[in-house]
Amino acid sequence: MSGRASIVIVDDHALFRSGVRSEVEGMVDVVGEAGNVEEAVRVIGAERPDVVLLDVHMPGGGGVEVIRRVAESDPGRRFLALSVSDAAEDVIAVVRAGARGYVTKSISGEELAAAVERVRQGDAVFSPRLAGFVLDAFAGAVPEAEVDPELDQLTIREREVLRMIARGYMYKEVAQQLDISPRTVEAHVSAVLRKLQLSNRHELSRWAAERRLVD
Amino acid sequence: MSDPAPARGSGGSARLRRDRSEGIVAGVIAGLAERLGWDVRLLRVLFLVGVVATGGLLLAAYALAWLLIRPAGPRVSGRRIPGGRRGWQLGLGVGLLTMAGLLVFRELGIWWSDAIVWPLVLAVTGATLLWAQSRRSAEAAPAPTPIEDRAPAAAGAGDEAIAQRARFRDLYRGGFGVALVVGAALLFLSQVDALGAARDAAFTAIVAIFALALILAPFIWRLGRNLADERAERIRSQERAEMAAHLHDSVLQTLTLMQKRADDPREVASLARRQERELRGWLAAGRSGPDGGGFSAALRAAAEEVEDAHRVKIEVVTVGDADLGEAPAALVAAVREALVNAAKFAADAGPISVYAEAGPELIEAFVRDRGPGFDPERVPPDRHGVRESIIGRMHRHGGDARIVSVPGSGTEVVLSIGRRS
Repeated sequence: MSGRASIVIVDDHALFRSGVRSEVEGMVDVVGEAGNVEEAVRVIGAERPDVVLLDVHMPGGGGVEVIRRVAESDPGRRFLALSVSDAAEDVIAVVRAGARGYVTKSISGEELAAAVERVRQGDAVFSPRLAGFVLDAFAGAVPEAEVDPELDQLTIREREVLRMIARGYMYKEVAQQLDISPRTVEAHVSAVLRKLQLSNRHELSRWAAERRLVD
Repeated sequence: MSDPAPARGSGGSARLRRDRSEGIVAGVIAGLAERLGWDVRLLRVLFLVGVVATGGLLLAAYALAWLLIRPAGPRVSGRRIPGGRRGWQLGLGVGLLTMAGLLVFRELGIWWSDAIVWPLVLAVTGATLLWAQSRRSAEAAPAPTPIEDRAPAAAGAGDEAIAQRARFRDLYRGGFGVALVVGAALLFLSQVDALGAARDAAFTAIVAIFALALILAPFIWRLGRNLADERAERIRSQERAEMAAHLHDSVLQTLTLMQKRADDPREVASLARRQERELRGWLAAGRSGPDGGGFSAALRAAAEEVEDAHRVKIEVVTVGDADLGEAPAALVAAVREALVNAAKFAADAGPISVYAEAGPELIEAFVRDRGPGFDPERVPPDRHGVRESIIGRMHRHGGDARIVSVPGSGTEVVLSIGRRS
């Protein structure tokens, strides 16, 4: 995998699409744009981009619907969710639908390009807030003998990595701090993402519904 | 009713008065009962026997009494809907009067045919109902009937319900009146056998009316639907107006301010940040979260204050929550001090991150900036911000504070405190 990543931007606000396009210019190739679910499915099918930058809130089902429709014919396509919303239920819903990461729209151009690259490599992108959500959702008092302990619990190392991310450390800074390789950090984060997506802990959805954080 | 007559405004005069509040039709019997001091039920039974015995002549007497005897003075009857039975009474009374009149003519030998009796009575009753109703409709809407003993206007909310019921009653009565008149006409026609030849035509007419009803039903139904839609649309437009007012008050004002301050990027960023926070708060107002008056809410509030005062961007992530006791409050104060420091020395180096985790035993907080960093060992002794407000405060409350700073890669203040110190 070399060269620049190709991306499709899916957002119902044209102003925002052009803003993203100009911010990541020269760092990634924007091969298409779409303003609604139908268009998105068509453009993604035609362009087959490395990564889809996906708005969470859109008329006609939102980002979750786009992921579901694309996955029917093209299950390997990679999505990075991009939203103004920090609401836990939005984050959890789109990640569980299959997005490989979640960043807020206030992210800088360089950070966004780096996040796109990471998703393209098959890794996960956790913003500090997403890390906080996951720590909160998987927090402490989980009664043992739960459905599948492999999926329902974070290892101590994974928890450490998430805490560093929540504190605002970049992946390579996390690696430095914990004295592990950046690849290992990536592996831990991807493992957490997998647990988040596969976990059938009902507490997770209940937690997200209860804790309607917006800011 | 058999009780002694309640005191009347006019001083229990010996004159015979119709008592409409107690009466069934026009209160003639009730008034008479009161006047005589008899039980009204007994009098009614006697009256019915009399009607049968006299071949209906007593009905004519009743109608005559109705016309001649004046009603009793105002008497408040709480539950009566204004004009409640007025139309029915009038219709029935006029119908009976007609019947009585006919019977009188028949007795006197001035007679044509028995066939006209029922049709005429029904038609007159129906017509009277319609007349009574149309007269009331023509009068002012809020006072549906002119009778004097109307209940004192039920105040406020009751009025609407009463008006609603009055409308329904009018409709019902109107329909009944029309049915009576039409039925009377048909009865008459069939009795004089005028319908015999025209029976086919009548069937045709009935079929046509049914067809017409079927055709009109969807239109009427749609009319009702339209009214409901209109109402919903009105509610929606009210909501839109409210939202527009809010957007105007806050968002447009901020945008105007930002254009004026376009030459000061930090001011613009700060304005935008404040507006964003306000808008998010407004959008979230309908929802309820666990962020009541606890530790994480206090932490967020402190971060927002520093954001506003120092025009910096602070990202707050909290995990878990705790009651805002003495120890958590001390931690929040220390975090606030650390944020102020970071805002002073590292404002231009990107957002400041705050991460707080309220565990079962320990509450920890991390304040991280990406500024130039400094050597904590070389903080001058007179710098109270760090020494007193952060480290000193945490130690006093049984907590701990560490400052990790590497010149060139930012500073992190690490604070921890027991849930109860």
